[in-house]
Parts: sequence; structure tokens; C-alpha cells
Amino acid sequence: MEMRAVYAECLAKLMEADRHVCVLDADLAKASGTRSLYERFPKQTFDCGVAEQNMASIAAGLSSYGFKPWIESFTPFATRRICDQIAISISYAKQNVKIVGTDPGISAELNGGTHMSMEDIGVVRSIPGLVIFEPVDEVQLRAAMPVLNAYEGPLYMRLFRKELPKVFPEDYQFDLFKADTLRTGRDLSIFVSGFLTRDALEAAEALATEGVDAEVVNVHTLKPVDRETVVASARKTGAVLTVENHNVIGGLRSAILETLAEEKLPVCGVGVPDRFGEVGKLPYLRGVMGLTVENIVETAKRAVSIK
Amino acid sequence: MTDIKEVCKDIRCDVLSCIGHLGVGHIGGCLSLVETLAVLYFEEMKIDPAEPKKAGRDRLICSKGHAGPAVYAALANRGYFDKAELLTLNQGGTHLPSHCDMNLTTGIDMTTGSLGQGFSCAVGAALGSKLEGDGATIYAIIGDGESQEGQIWEAAMFAAAKELDNLIAFTDYNKLQIDDAVAKVNDIAPLAEKWAAFGWNVVDVEDGNDVDQVRAAVKHAKLGLGGGKPTMVILNTKKGCGVRWIEDLGAANHNTNLSEEQARAAIAEVRGEG
Repeated sequence: MEMRAVYAECLAKLMEADRHVCVLDADLAKASGTRSLYERFPKQTFDCGVAEQNMASIAAGLSSYGFKPWIESFTPFATRRICDQIAISISYAKQNVKIVGTDPGISAELNGGTHMSMEDIGVVRSIPGLVIFEPVDEVQLRAAMPVLNAYEGPLYMRLFRKELPKVFPEDYQFDLFKADTLRTGRDLSIFVSGFLTRDALEAAEALATEGVDAEVVNVHTLKPVDRETVVASARKTGAVLTVENHNVIGGLRSAILETLAEEKLPVCGVGVPDRFGEVGKLPYLRGVMGLTVENIVETAKRAVSIK
Repeated sequence: MTDIKEVCKDIRCDVLSCIGHLGVGHIGGCLSLVETLAVLYFEEMKIDPAEPKKAGRDRLICSKGHAGPAVYAALANRGYFDKAELLTLNQGGTHLPSHCDMNLTTGIDMTTGSLGQGFSCAVGAALGSKLEGDGATIYAIIGDGESQEGQIWEAAMFAAAKELDNLIAFTDYNKLQIDDAVAKVNDIAPLAEKWAAFGWNVVDVEDGNDVDQVRAAVKHAKLGLGGGKPTMVILNTKKGCGVRWIEDLGAANHNTNLSEEQARAAIAEVRGEG
């Protein structure tokens, strides 16, 4: 099932249970998968047209009235375009707004460089009080949605729109503020977010055949980072690799580096090498940006070699 | 019955007193709004200072958040908090920051200051009120310089499209902004025509610093409640209104120094004792 379909299905349940849960779009309801909600919940859905800044502040106004708005757009327009509205109307004013950016990083594919946000997490991560979450698969998204909705405060979710292979078991128990250790290991900690989690697990298997025992931790919540899990894992293995579908500046790698700043160990990173995106399909973009299992394996070995 | 003109004097003097105590502040755009705040908070809004968060209350969102000191003076005079607190304006740890903050100040309905945003928030609150069916009227105040923000017009379009006829907005059209006259910097005229073209009722107030005219305009605007359109009241005001030398500073009165001695003299002028 596509991630956006799961997202819409989860929203429908939440909206049905609580008339204060509402959805706002900026002419991308179809792309976000929420179009069907408009017919089913006409009093809880608002298409603001191509006006993201207004959408964000309207959501804050609705929140001040006791509503629980979810606002959506493509990742660049849900973050960098409305950065000040997220900072002031939503976060500074402590409003209960959920912001969803779809098509993060290279998953924007054919929309190309203008729509391919490599910096969204970096843009919003320094806004105080904003929680940042990125799901790995539909199981985690399904488990997370009621928790995100129940969390009172501003939250940003970067959401891959299309279908993704399942990584988590159906009985997965989600904790918004707890990272998930998917594989335990002794030699290296791989901290990974989003759809690349599956690639990190594949890389760990490949590393095992070469005698490197990698631990794989899914850091689904990039702010606040689960310091306890991250530090414990890093201290145990003594070497760290971060893997993300985002610029290596400002995102997961930065968050992990900040978390481990007082630890004496290498932190290598696989991510977008501080460059803009470009048009192309996922396999091509993976290659161009180095977001491949092979590159994860090679960079992991480098991290282990310098510890 | 409250003498609203006396209330205006009190609010004006309190603005001068708290900014004078601090030594600097957004005087011009506070003084231009005094009559509107007095009419709204003392006569027209359905509010109860004893229950500042009461559901279904009318709300006022001052999107030109730098007029915070004027809003605080109005709220204090209306009984939301002790007037003595006004002198803590902008002091470290105060509940009265330069720009309106709903999480700090009793009676403030929305955090504002980053221009354009508060207006959208007001539109969101008007939508919320409609959904709740609570019969509240949402009031919003924007600045003329603020009207250069694109977000104002995004919100204007949305409010009309969604027929938010429970929303009454005001433009503090004092014709001055920080750098110069609005007409010189980036003219917003013809303002009434713009709002009408965006699908709003428009009420033009010749002198927005005349309480009788402001009261009549608000009553007229209220006739439009439920009529399918939001209403914009354009207040032709004087920036720094009430104190001659502050008025004469022109655009320089946006954020200016004010000593306690100057404040005392200005207060005497407002009281007619100067």
C-alpha cells in the first residue's frame, strides 16, 4: 500500500473519532493522498489553494480554537517556504499543528531540483519545540499516526508518498521518543532514518559476510534524538555511520554529531553531499547522491577502520 | 456609562507612561489605534475579563503585533490585569513583551509580530468559530505597511472564498511605515478598491481617531455579520495621534525614544493640561 494511502486511511480514523482533527492542503491534496477525505469529511477538510503561508497560519488559528490541524504539501513547500510561519505562528505560539512534507529528498524524482528538498530537516531543526519524525514503512506510519495526533504540540513529519517494502513486524510497538534498534552488533552503529533503513539493514548483512558486525538503529524521530539509545549504542560499538535521504549538513548526521560531540569516536555519513537535487528516477538519483547499499557498506568499513 | 473618550485618554496616557518608563518603543502605531481598541474592548466585543479564555467569546487579533503596548493598555484598563503591570513592558521576565504573545499575556488571543501571519491566524480563528457554531465575532487589526505582505492577500482571498462573515478586520491606515510614507515606499492605494475586489465589504472611516466615527463604523460593519462576506474597516488614522511633537516626527515615530520627562509632558498634553 502506498504510504500516502496509509496516511489518509489513518487520518480518516482520527477524523471520524474526533471532529476537531482537520486537514488543510495547498492544492496538493491529490498528491498527498488526502483528496478522498474531502468528500467524507467536508467540515474537517480545507484546501487553501496555492498559498502555503496562509495555510500554516490558518492552521495555527484553528489550533488556537481547539482544533487539531494537519497541513500538507511537498517537503520544500512544507518547510523552507513556510519556515517563518512554522517558527512563529505554530512553534513560538505553541500551537498544536502537524506539518507533513511529502516527497522528501530524492523521492521527488521527476519533479526535479526545485521540488527536491535536501534541506528540510536542517531548515526546521533549529526551531525550538518542533518534533521531527520520519517513518520507515507503512507499519511504522500506521503505529505512529495516533501517537502523533495525540502529541500536543508542533510536529513535522517527512513522508515518502509511494509504496515501500515493510521493515517492521506487524506487532511493532511505537514510541515517538525512542529509537528502534533493528539489528544488534558490536563493531559499528548505523543510525538511519526513513526509507534508507531497509538499505542499511541490507548493508549490515553484507558487512557481516566481511566480518563487520553492525548495529542498525532507526532514528525515526530526528528531534529530539533519543540520546540514551544513540549514546549507548555508539559507546558499545565505538564507530558510527549515519544514513539519510537528506543533505549531510543539517539533518540526521548533524543531529547525531551533536548528540555524540563529547564522545571520542568517528562519525561517518552517507547522505546527499551538500548539493541540490536534479530530475531523475530513484535508481539514478541513488547513484548520483551515493545513497546505495554499496556506498553504505564502503563508508561503514571506513568508519570501522578509523576507530 | 463609561465615557469612551476618557477611556481613550487613559489608554493613550498608559501607552506613553509605559514606553516612557522604558525609554523607547513603538509609539506611533500604538497611538493611532487607541480609539479602535477602546471602542472594541469597552463597547463592542462580547468578552469577560474575569473569564479571558471563555469559549464563544469574541476575539481580537492584533496582527500588527508591535502595537502590543496599546493592546496591553486597553486590556489593563478593561480589567484583564493590574495597571501597575504596564510598567514592566519589555523588562526581562515581563508578561508584556513588545509584540503580542498569547502565552504570556492574559487577554491576548494570538501571538503576532511577524507581519501578515496574525491576519491568517484570525482567518483561521474565524473558520474555527464557524465550525464550532459559537456565534463569536473575530476582530483583526492589520497595519498599512503590513498590507505589503503577500500573506495578507492570501488570507483575504481565503476569507472571502470561505464566506467568513464573522470576521471584521481593520486597517490602521496611518500612511507611514518605518522607512518613509507608505505611498513612497510601496504604495498600497487604492486600498478600499483592493479589498472590495477581493470580495470584502469595505467601510471607510474618514477619521479613525474619532471615537464616534469608529463606533459608527463598527456598528455598520456588524450589520454585515452573517451576510456572506468578511468586512474590512479602513481607519484613516494619524500615526502618533494625540501628542503633537510625536505626530510631527512622521515616519520616525514608528519606534522612537521617549524619556520619562517627555512622557509626562505628553500625558499632560493628552489630558488637556499642557
